[in-house]
Amino acid sequence: MIMPMPTPHDIPIAAILAGGLFALFLMGTRPAGAADAIDPRQLENFVLQDCGSCHGMTLKGGLGSPLTPENLTLFSHDDLVSVILDGRPGTAMPPWRGIVSNAEADWIANFLKTEGPRP
Amino acid sequence: MKTAFVLGALAILAGCTSLEPRGTHDLATVIARASGEVGIIDTSNREMIAVIPGLGDLSHASIVYSRDGRYAFVFGRDGGLTKVDILTHRIAGRILQAGNSIGGAINQDGSLIAVANYEPGGVRVFDSQTLKMVADLPALIGHGPDRSKVVGLVDAPGNRFVYSLWDSGEIRIADFSRSRTDPDITVFENIGIQPYDALISPDGRYYIAGLFGEDGMALLDLWHPERGVTRILPDYGKGEERLPVYKMPHLEGWAMAGDRAFVPAVGRHEVLVIDTHNWAEIGRIPVHGQPVFVMAHPDQRTIWVNFAVPDYDTIQVIDSETMTIIHEIKPGKGVLHMEFSPRGDQIWMSVRDDNQVLAFDPYTLAPIASLPLNSPSGIFMSARAGQTGL
Repeated sequence: MIMPMPTPHDIPIAAILAGGLFALFLMGTRPAGAADAIDPRQLENFVLQDCGSCHGMTLKGGLGSPLTPENLTLFSHDDLVSVILDGRPGTAMPPWRGIVSNAEADWIANFLKTEGPRP
Repeated sequence: MKTAFVLGALAILAGCTSLEPRGTHDLATVIARASGEVGIIDTSNREMIAVIPGLGDLSHASIVYSRDGRYAFVFGRDGGLTKVDILTHRIAGRILQAGNSIGGAINQDGSLIAVANYEPGGVRVFDSQTLKMVADLPALIGHGPDRSKVVGLVDAPGNRFVYSLWDSGEIRIADFSRSRTDPDITVFENIGIQPYDALISPDGRYYIAGLFGEDGMALLDLWHPERGVTRILPDYGKGEERLPVYKMPHLEGWAMAGDRAFVPAVGRHEVLVIDTHNWAEIGRIPVHGQPVFVMAHPDQRTIWVNFAVPDYDTIQVIDSETMTIIHEIKPGKGVLHMEFSPRGDQIWMSVRDDNQVLAFDPYTLAPIASLPLNSPSGIFMSARAGQTGL
């Protein structure tokens, strides 16, 4: 939806392990239009609008849990990436793999942990 | 002195009534979810006649109308309840009644507004004139203190509200016919896992909750609440792998054509068709994506369906007689909601990422209006004022 789905080998393992910093590095260095390039504006809109349909547009929660930085302190960056990609069985949180790429999940996790929606 | 006073009063009156007298039946309101605004559309002239700001967090907001069709009650995500005068375009009242909310209803005689809350889980009921709270109905799980999120709140005949409890799998009836402040509550337990939304038939007899945590739906016959809640479509999807559900389907309204009801399947690219005589499944229509809204045209000949992300650029139209897809249109990215004009000469839809509210002729599919609005979502015709359950 956001970008064509990259094949798994398009994403360096290091990107998943190194987390947000590496994602920022990727954003800065990958040419626009590459298969796993990230469009921060489009991704932020996706997080606020589409994640927001369950978590609220301000990410303060709804049917889904609040996703503000202070509510996510118990989750590591990698936890969030894995929840985004694989969902939480037994809850309404679906696995987004196939819609959200690994690099995008990485960006989203970083966005949620550090920035969150602007007031 | 006296003349001056009268003239002054007339001047003030003239200032207040600068709008020509008009009816409200062709007006609609639209949520602008990202900016906390509500647009007012004149569907006869097909123009946006006002945009009212200052309504808070309107993600997943919805609207019901006062009995006279003049006031729109806007239920915000942040617990805001705002009463908007759609004739003068003013906010007539606004309260923050909870921390996190999911929608509301107005009772049969129009005196009570009920709001379904996630936080604190429960239903709060307000006087529709003053917005003063008249009843607080916490959705305690067992004896508490834990509470359930409340979903699927609708009004039912006899000044009742009916709602479902997501966390504890219950349906409850709050009956205000005896008392305005102390309703009689009837509880139905074990109705199914995670009811996510509900609808009521236009005659107010059947309340049906969709289940997220398992297949099937829960049916309550409000003519015979003593018979309890029964499960319908229990065999639907047995042993089949569900797709991830990227957006909860909505069960607003009642997509009914003749004796067939059309409902969105959860986690499947299908619309289910139910025989309303015996509530048995009589068909599954394969569709473009996971359906969100499944809505019947007022003439019941066609059923219109929109879809969850990532397929939300598409609308499909089903022939209710043959149960086949006869049209597909791509109005733009993020088609969140559709609403027919009361007699079905127009269909309006909000296209979120294009920031447009579009209207089409539902018979020719010709575009008839395109009105800019920031991230539009729910569209609500004021004719809902006269309809049970809306």
